[in-house]
Amino acid sequence: MSLGPAEVAKIAHLARLAIAESDVPAYARNLSSILELVARMDAVDTTGVEPLAHPLDMVQRLRADEVTEADRRDDFQSLAPQVEAGLYLVPRVIE
Amino acid sequence: MEWEAVIGLEIHTQLATKSKIFSGAPTAYGAEPNTQACAIDLGLPGVLPVVNAEAVRMAVMFGLAVDATIAPRSVFARKNYFYPDLPKGYQISQYELPVVAHGRLDITLADGSHKRIGITRAHLEEDAGKSLHEDFHGMTGVDLNRAGTPLLEIVSEPDLRSAQEAVAYMKKVHQIVVYLGICDGNLQEGSFRCDANVSVRRKGATAFGTRAEIKNINSFRFVERAIEHEIERQVELLEGGGQVVQETRLYDPDRDETRPMRSKEEANDYRYFPDPDLLPLELDAACVAAARAALPELPDARRARFVEAFGLSPQDAEALTASRPFADYFEALVAAVGGDAKLCANWMMGEFAAALNRAGLDVTASPLGPARLAGVLQRLRDGTLSGKLAKEVFDAVWAGEGDADAVIAARGLRQITDSGAIEAIVAEVIAAHPKQAEQYRAGQEKLFGFFVGQVMKASRGKANPQQVNDLLAARLKG
Repeated sequence: MSLGPAEVAKIAHLARLAIAESDVPAYARNLSSILELVARMDAVDTTGVEPLAHPLDMVQRLRADEVTEADRRDDFQSLAPQVEAGLYLVPRVIE
Repeated sequence: MEWEAVIGLEIHTQLATKSKIFSGAPTAYGAEPNTQACAIDLGLPGVLPVVNAEAVRMAVMFGLAVDATIAPRSVFARKNYFYPDLPKGYQISQYELPVVAHGRLDITLADGSHKRIGITRAHLEEDAGKSLHEDFHGMTGVDLNRAGTPLLEIVSEPDLRSAQEAVAYMKKVHQIVVYLGICDGNLQEGSFRCDANVSVRRKGATAFGTRAEIKNINSFRFVERAIEHEIERQVELLEGGGQVVQETRLYDPDRDETRPMRSKEEANDYRYFPDPDLLPLELDAACVAAARAALPELPDARRARFVEAFGLSPQDAEALTASRPFADYFEALVAAVGGDAKLCANWMMGEFAAALNRAGLDVTASPLGPARLAGVLQRLRDGTLSGKLAKEVFDAVWAGEGDADAVIAARGLRQITDSGAIEAIVAEVIAAHPKQAEQYRAGQEKLFGFFVGQVMKASRGKANPQQVNDLLAARLKG
C-alpha cells in the first residue's frame, strides 16, 4: 500500500500539521515505506498470538473514587493567552 | 409506498462518581468555571490518567442489569479530534474491547406488549468540556469542569422501529441507570443525553437504508420529535427520487427541525488506537460477583413482585415502579397502613401524585412522608373518614396542619356513623323535598342521587355514605 499526495494532505490536516508543499513527496515516500513494512509483517503466522494492547505485561491499577485535587485555576490560567470570567478564550469555533 | 424506520440510540450517561474518571478532580455540577479541572483534565504535559474504580464498578453493574457480557479484559483507546473543549486533542474511550457487550432489555409498547431491544455495547469514556459561543467579543469561552467526567456510552442495536419505541427504550435505560444509582438521570443538566441513528427502508426490505445521525438530544420529548422529523424528511427525500446522505445532523428544538452540521464540525476519521498511558482493564470473577451481589431489585422484577405480592394490576405496578423512590414510598406506605395495597396504590397515583405535581416536587422532596399519609388512610379504613373527608384531611396534612388525627379533631371532620343522627337528617331532607320524593316514588330513580347530595350537604359531608344510601333507600320506599 502506498500513499499519494492527497492522502498525505488529509493526514496532515487531521493531525493539524502544517507541512510545506515541497515536502509532500518525501512524506508520501516515508509513510508508504512504513506501511510496506507493516504489510510484510502481515505474512507472519500469528495464529494463537493475543493482540497486544500495551507493551507492558501488566494490568491497570484502579484508584479509589476520592476527590484529591484542589482548585488551581489561577495557576493554570496564568499559562493561557486569554481568559475571561474564569473561562479560557479561544478563536471562535462556529460562525 | 409503506416505509419502515430503523433506529439505534447511543445514550451517554454521566456516572455518579465523586471524582473524574481519570483524575481526582470533583465532578459536581454547577461550580464556577474551570475550578474543577485539574492538570490531568487539562492534558498538561507529564500527567498520567489513573482509572476510577467506582466508574468501572458502575459500568459492570449496568452490564449485569441488562444481562450483558462483562469483558474480563477491556482496553482504553484514544479517539482523536480537535475541538477546544477537548484539551488533549483526543478523548479517552474504549473501541475494540468495551467493558460491556451483548446486553438486552425489554420495552413496553403502547398496546401493553413487550419488545426486546439489543444492547450492542456499553463503554467507559471521558466527557468533554463545554464551549460557550456568546458574549466573548467574537471568541469562544471554554469551561473544562466537565472534562473527564465519567461517561458510560450505551449503544443499542438498530432494533427500534418508531420514534415511540425509541422514547420507550430511552426511558427504560434512564429508569435502569437511576435504579442502579449509577447516574442522577438529570436531563436538564446533561447527565443523560442521546444521539439517534435513523434510516428508513421499504417495509419488508431486509437491507438497511443510509442513515443520518442526529446529535444533541437532551429530552424525551425532543428525541421523539427529532426522530419523527428525520423519518419524515428521509421519506420525502426518497419518494421525491432523492437519496439520503450519510451525515450528522443537529436537532434544533426552537425550529423543531434537524439540519446538517457544518462539515467543519464533523470529523468521522477518529484514528482510534490503544492509549499507551493506560494498561488493559482486567476484571476478575470476584469483582463481577461483588457487583452482582450489590445489584438492587430492578424495575421489571419489582413490577412483577408488586403484581404478585400486592395483587396490583400490571398497569398500576408499572406506574408505581416508574421510579425507585416512588416505589420505595409505596412499600413504606403499605407497611405503615398495614395492608390494603390497592387503596395505597390509588391514593399514591391519585391525590398524592397530583399534589406533588401541583407543587412541582419529586417524591423525594415530598412534605408528606409515608407514615403521615398512612395516618390519613387508616382513618379512611376504620370508617372515621369518608372518601371525601379523607381528601380534605389529606390536603390539610399536606399543607402542614399536623397529622391526620390532629386535623380531624381541629376541624371536627369525624364521619357521622351514628345511624340515629343520619336518620334524622334523612327524614329532614325528605320532608323538605316532598315533590322530589313523590317523583322518585313514581319511578324517577335518578332522583336518588339528588337526595344523597342533599343529605351529604346537610351533614356537611360528614355522613357515612353507605349508611346514607341504606337509610335513604329504606325511607324513600315510604
